[in-house]
Amino acid sequence: MAEYQNLFTAVQPTGPVHMGIPLPKGDWKRTGTPWLFHLLGRLGNAQIGPVYLGGLGVASLVFGTLAFNIIGFNMLAAVDWSPLQLVRQLFWLALEPPPPSYGLSFPPLAEGGWWLIVGFLLTTSLFLWWARTYRRARQLGMGTHVAWAFAAAIWLYLVCGFFRPIMMGSWSEAVPFGIFPHLDWVSALSLRHGNLFYNPFHALSIVFLYGSVLLFAMHGATILAVSRYGGDREIEQIVDRGTASERAALFWRWTMGFNASMESIHRWAWWFAVLCPLVGGIGILLTGPVVDNWYLWSMKHHVVPSYPAVFPLSVDPALLGGKP
Amino acid sequence: MSRFAKVSRLFVPALAAALMVGCERPPVDTVQTGFRGTGMEQVYNPRILATQVDLNTPPAPQPPVPADGPRASEVYKNVPVLGHVSVAEFTRHMVAITEWVSPKEGCAYCHNLENLADDSKYAKIVARRMIQMTQHLNGDWKRHVGETGVTCYTCHRGNPVPAQVWFAPPGRKSDGGSMADFSGQNLAAPSVGLSSLPYDPFTPYLLEAKPIRVNGNEALRFTGAAANRNSTKQAEHTYALMMHMSTSLGVNCTYCHNTRAFQSWEEAPPQRVTAWHGIRMARDLNNEYIEPLTKVFPDYRLGPTGDVAKINCGTCHQGAYKPLWGAQMAKGHPELLALRKTAAAAPAAAMLPPPVSEAMLAVLYFRVASPLLEGEQARGLTLLIATMNATPTLTATISGYHSASGELAMNQELAKNRATGVRDALLAAGIAPNRIVLDKPLQTEANLVGEDPAARRVEVRIK
Repeated sequence: MAEYQNLFTAVQPTGPVHMGIPLPKGDWKRTGTPWLFHLLGRLGNAQIGPVYLGGLGVASLVFGTLAFNIIGFNMLAAVDWSPLQLVRQLFWLALEPPPPSYGLSFPPLAEGGWWLIVGFLLTTSLFLWWARTYRRARQLGMGTHVAWAFAAAIWLYLVCGFFRPIMMGSWSEAVPFGIFPHLDWVSALSLRHGNLFYNPFHALSIVFLYGSVLLFAMHGATILAVSRYGGDREIEQIVDRGTASERAALFWRWTMGFNASMESIHRWAWWFAVLCPLVGGIGILLTGPVVDNWYLWSMKHHVVPSYPAVFPLSVDPALLGGKP
Repeated sequence: MSRFAKVSRLFVPALAAALMVGCERPPVDTVQTGFRGTGMEQVYNPRILATQVDLNTPPAPQPPVPADGPRASEVYKNVPVLGHVSVAEFTRHMVAITEWVSPKEGCAYCHNLENLADDSKYAKIVARRMIQMTQHLNGDWKRHVGETGVTCYTCHRGNPVPAQVWFAPPGRKSDGGSMADFSGQNLAAPSVGLSSLPYDPFTPYLLEAKPIRVNGNEALRFTGAAANRNSTKQAEHTYALMMHMSTSLGVNCTYCHNTRAFQSWEEAPPQRVTAWHGIRMARDLNNEYIEPLTKVFPDYRLGPTGDVAKINCGTCHQGAYKPLWGAQMAKGHPELLALRKTAAAAPAAAMLPPPVSEAMLAVLYFRVASPLLEGEQARGLTLLIATMNATPTLTATISGYHSASGELAMNQELAKNRATGVRDALLAAGIAPNRIVLDKPLQTEANLVGEDPAARRVEVRIK
């Protein structure tokens, strides 16, 4: 009996590789000869390829590669064209948006012009990739759930880099393209606007983020636990409920009084995942254009408690004269 | 067990170990400083603290010497800064400064040994100015250095150049071209704790006086004059300065801030006030003492852009919340405790602003340490009396203030005498006692540091 409670897939049935279903007229041919890769089979399906590239995919890759290279060469310039330093400091380097003085105008290339160009290329690339996920799903006769979940992520990307900067009247408010620098931007945005933790939409977003993790853990654990009864064949269990499904449902009903069904648990997961960037984006859009200081907003509306004073009262020294 | 499983059992711990190399080993000590559950705490790593003991142990003090006897200026030539102390104290100071600043190089680091009075070595010119700076710092920046004060050793620790100084950063090869200029950030910069924040937070805040605060006082966004126009990029610069402070002092953000509301003074630990003055102190020292010495230094002491080595928080603190963990070194060196006021400074301080005589407010200014109104200021008093006499329903509320220079208790007495002096003058002019109110301000000290003519005043609010 095959064990399914391992970190890796222990048993790999191998057969002839397959090219997939025939595609409608007008579609491209699939690229690449499929082959088997044992190690990847430990994690998922061992068959690699073929890939459907298509017009949208190629266009998306062209725009994305352009953006990637412009970011890369600007990073290389930042370390005085040293490839070694590029590797060492890769996580620190970034392409910065223009300084605040340029507002929403197009700045010189060195002062944020490259950033604006990359923003356009990357957004175009993302939109093309989105259209690709939508069309591939349709061509396979699937629903478009993946495309709309991806759209939720694109919404948050556009809020941070496009909608909010426009509402603030300055490209400088946008996110830099870089690993640590974009995290610093998040911290600085929070500090500037009196602590994002007091933004209720941020709180909601965290609920959906951690909620997604919790649901994923519960669902993954449940299915692994009943895989000995064939519970990992979830789709079959949806239409033809067997002992695996019954046991999984009973487990949750007995431990917490309520259980999701084999089908509805996936709706739970999808909505939690999609709502995370959706409400997060609303929270960022309010930060600055509507609310200047979330801490003061929360105090005003009694969202947060006041704690007993522990320290001797400090008076702002700037009130006694001197430059703040 | 399969070969794959065996290999992964070796590989996974090795990978985990490699990822953890940059981390500090637990356990760490956590000390709660604020209300429970608010995360107001300080984290100390006892193993890191142990490595800092040597750095923070002051050298054994020089044996004390008598302060009487002939003055240094009577025995030595060319001693403008320490000429007023006794010869014994002067010699003791020279022994100490050698031990503090140039223990390897000895006296010859500053002095021409053929003629000790000779000013030909740049280090002597710098040292003289630095002694004045130390005196100024101990006398006028008590808000930051308290009664502990500093000595040369606080920064130098046996090095001719203190271990932690800062220069303006050099440009990059691509500067001026069409590649992105990166606005002075996004490198793994030690100056900001190896973050990618702007790596020169010193020029704008510790040399220039760019505004540090980015938070507003309103919950909602306002437009027009009331709008808070500070950008997220400005917040990154402030953040960078704070990273420098945190690294220099070896403390968390919560040492000075209640991190749920960084801007709030009401919820902040008292250290934030000390730190606030520290920023102004570093700025004052860089502008008044360090920058003017740029031309004195030889080229090899200057930075990549030809600027002088300047002061930031790390210069004194060197990783400790208090330099030398608060060791009381300066007490043993009274010659370093106050700047000797030179005669040339007096006339400038004597210039008083003209008295204010408005319908609702009169302000009268006083000379240093004086409760008496003189000259133009006395005419201001006459105008006040005329205003009071013209409308018999008016009452005058009198508050006295003093400047930050000198002893606080004496100054408060002085502020009181100034206020009662004005009251007595009004009474003598026939104003009814029930129309005069003395109002002691919560804070009688009206400026931050040193002597400010505008601080030595009496305010009279007329209603």
